[in-house]
Amino acid sequence: MGDLMYKYDTYDQAMVDARVDEFRDQVARRIAGHLTEDQFKPLRLMNGLYLQLHAYMLRVAVPYGTLSGAQMHALGDIADKYDRGYGHFTTRQNIQYNWIKLDEAPDILADLAKVEMHAIQTSGNCIRNTSSDQYAGAAADEVTDPRPYAELIRQWSTFHPEFSYLPRKFKIAVIASETDRAAMRLHDIGVKIVRNDAGELGAAFYVGGGMGRTPMIGPLVRDWVPLDQFITYAEACLRVYNRHGRRDNKYKARIKILVHELGKEEYTRQVEAEFALLLAQNIEPPLAELERIKAQFADPRFEAGLADLVDRSDPDFALWVDNNCVRHKTPGYIAVTISLKPIGGIPGDASADQMRLMAELATRYSFDELRVTHAQNIVMPHVRKDQLYDLWQQLDEAGLGTPNLDLVGDIIACPGLDYCSLANARSIPVAQKIGQRLAAKEQQIGELKLKISGCINACGHHHAGHIGILGVDRKGTENYQLLLGGCEGADTSLGQITGPGFDEDGIVDAVEKATEVYLSTRTDGERFLDTYRRIGMAPFKEALYG
Amino acid sequence: MAEVQFRFRHDEAVGDPGVTVGAFGAQSNAAAVRLEPGDEARDLLPHLDRLRLIEINFPVYGDGRGYTAARVLREAGYTGELRAVGDVLVDQLAFMRRCGFDAFAPEVALDPAAAQAAFGRYPEVYQPTVDGRAPIWAKRHLAAQDG
Amino acid sequence: MKLLTGNDLKSGAVTWWDGVQWSLHVEDAIDVGDHADSILARESAAQRVNAAYAIEASKDENGVRPGHIKERIRALGPTVRPDLTLKPADPAAGQWVI
Repeated sequence: MGDLMYKYDTYDQAMVDARVDEFRDQVARRIAGHLTEDQFKPLRLMNGLYLQLHAYMLRVAVPYGTLSGAQMHALGDIADKYDRGYGHFTTRQNIQYNWIKLDEAPDILADLAKVEMHAIQTSGNCIRNTSSDQYAGAAADEVTDPRPYAELIRQWSTFHPEFSYLPRKFKIAVIASETDRAAMRLHDIGVKIVRNDAGELGAAFYVGGGMGRTPMIGPLVRDWVPLDQFITYAEACLRVYNRHGRRDNKYKARIKILVHELGKEEYTRQVEAEFALLLAQNIEPPLAELERIKAQFADPRFEAGLADLVDRSDPDFALWVDNNCVRHKTPGYIAVTISLKPIGGIPGDASADQMRLMAELATRYSFDELRVTHAQNIVMPHVRKDQLYDLWQQLDEAGLGTPNLDLVGDIIACPGLDYCSLANARSIPVAQKIGQRLAAKEQQIGELKLKISGCINACGHHHAGHIGILGVDRKGTENYQLLLGGCEGADTSLGQITGPGFDEDGIVDAVEKATEVYLSTRTDGERFLDTYRRIGMAPFKEALYG
Repeated sequence: MAEVQFRFRHDEAVGDPGVTVGAFGAQSNAAAVRLEPGDEARDLLPHLDRLRLIEINFPVYGDGRGYTAARVLREAGYTGELRAVGDVLVDQLAFMRRCGFDAFAPEVALDPAAAQAAFGRYPEVYQPTVDGRAPIWAKRHLAAQDG
Repeated sequence: MKLLTGNDLKSGAVTWWDGVQWSLHVEDAIDVGDHADSILARESAAQRVNAAYAIEASKDENGVRPGHIKERIRALGPTVRPDLTLKPADPAAGQWVI
């Protein structure tokens, strides 16, 4: 297993093994007819197994997006053995397989358990996978690695007996920098680890963010929770939600609605009251447990004195470095993004061979570590600059070298109506056509985060796109709304609809027109988002609707 | 009233069904009360010493408010019988036990073998609750604990 | 016409009621008329189908055509991966969906 991430001890392993046995028993009872589908559904959902448009879909958890080479290799093998040779990386840092058979699902979970992986609580009305910053442990601007806190949350939330039948799903994100690379403000709970003036670490809690039908930015509920009260505070937030979250209307059941309807002050007051009572219950793990987890996320043995420059004489390589590689906290190293968005490809998909190749490359070039990003790409967090060219050549040969991180071709798209029974419209063909249409101008346009959702559930995070696209059903045909000006960073904002929707060809034209408005009005150094914020919606509306 | 199918207590069961929370206040002799999901468990705290049975109803298994109610009552010191009634299925038994339920009266009787397997499925627990089981983090740091 | 579609419990494969059993091919689907509910109840209880439901459809020169694009995609497979559909060699399959 990777050296620099959490490794299961015998207790953790016993838990996932018991879960496999439990699910095997539940599947057997379902197939024998002892459980109806209504009774079985929440159980299979709590193991990430959906019944989707074409078959069962399995969503495997990648806790805070971190994977070892062996784990990524296993994901590739699972794609070959049980599915159709590929997987889909999601906007919550997980991976999905689309062609699963129910009677094989327990075997898949058993195979996952062998590499310390699982599909626990990746669906259902429970606490889901906790996400984090894809550059954790590598970023120059973090106060600490956020992932130990995410691991503490993972264990606290796993099989939590009080919070397994919540009003609705619950998603937590943890960051430890001012720059929010995990869309933390758009989560049910967003935690930011911060340092106070005395140099101590504590946690700021934002509660009640989310997308979907009613997007909301999570308000700050507590700016400082000491680390030795962190889990107790989270428990208080959840308890108030379990008790008072709406259960009368599925579309009003998230915590964001509760916080909005109570108001931030009243919600906070209730949490603080619960928190005071819970402190007496001694449910907080000792700081020694946090330290034990932190020790497993120690820095790799970075070499000192390495060359801190990159040979840029190959222009294709230089372009990829400029786009896909970001500064590392340690001289001589760099963090690399492998784009899963080839022009005309399916955003976020990787073949089994590609997964195994990425695994091998990570073992060789990145201290055996990979990250899944919520933008559906893969990061190799710790690469030596003097090995970067070798790495790039191998990625490029495998179709993994597209130099488009955060450019318009780096599209976030949900699977849409091609795969998802909840969708109103297909999203992938739209992504493909936009990528092809704008390929020639992509570098000139610069940073433009385009996000597509096939329905209002917003799994494509379209509210947070600089350009967002929402698929709707207009009298039985697919139609697309265009949104502008969303952003998921520290300056989180929600996209605004431009006006009437478009058909598939029309939305591609509309996106192109929006980029033309930008290119013709931008001032020096402005990204698309900056220009939009400066000039407003009117010039775009004019160009789109005349 | 559904039969109590599983009970983890040694005292005698209270035979009367629980009165509603609304009626309970007016009846000083009632020793059994029944909580619906929308009721506030903490309304019962002043009366815990005279309560021998609290039934918590799960009209549909997906409404998880009863889990919070159970824990709140146990955390406040209630030691009487805490009985889960209603749409109680095999796969919720272990969580209910951990939240403090010690009696189960499912509307539809459960297969006893399946129930027994469910109660004993997990050898370890990640979180401390009122059931007294040591959480995994406590077992990891035994040496560091006082006493 | 009214068709019934569901999933095979074990394999998850999309199936269509053909009057006798559940077929993988929408072309075999028959009009169940007013009997949707009774067939669904019987077949679900016998576990010969899972999560089945009724849809509107029509018949044209190509055969059975589900009324909504969602079920046409369900009948064929993902339009963006022709190789994974029921008709990988048919270049017109994607157009049929739309």
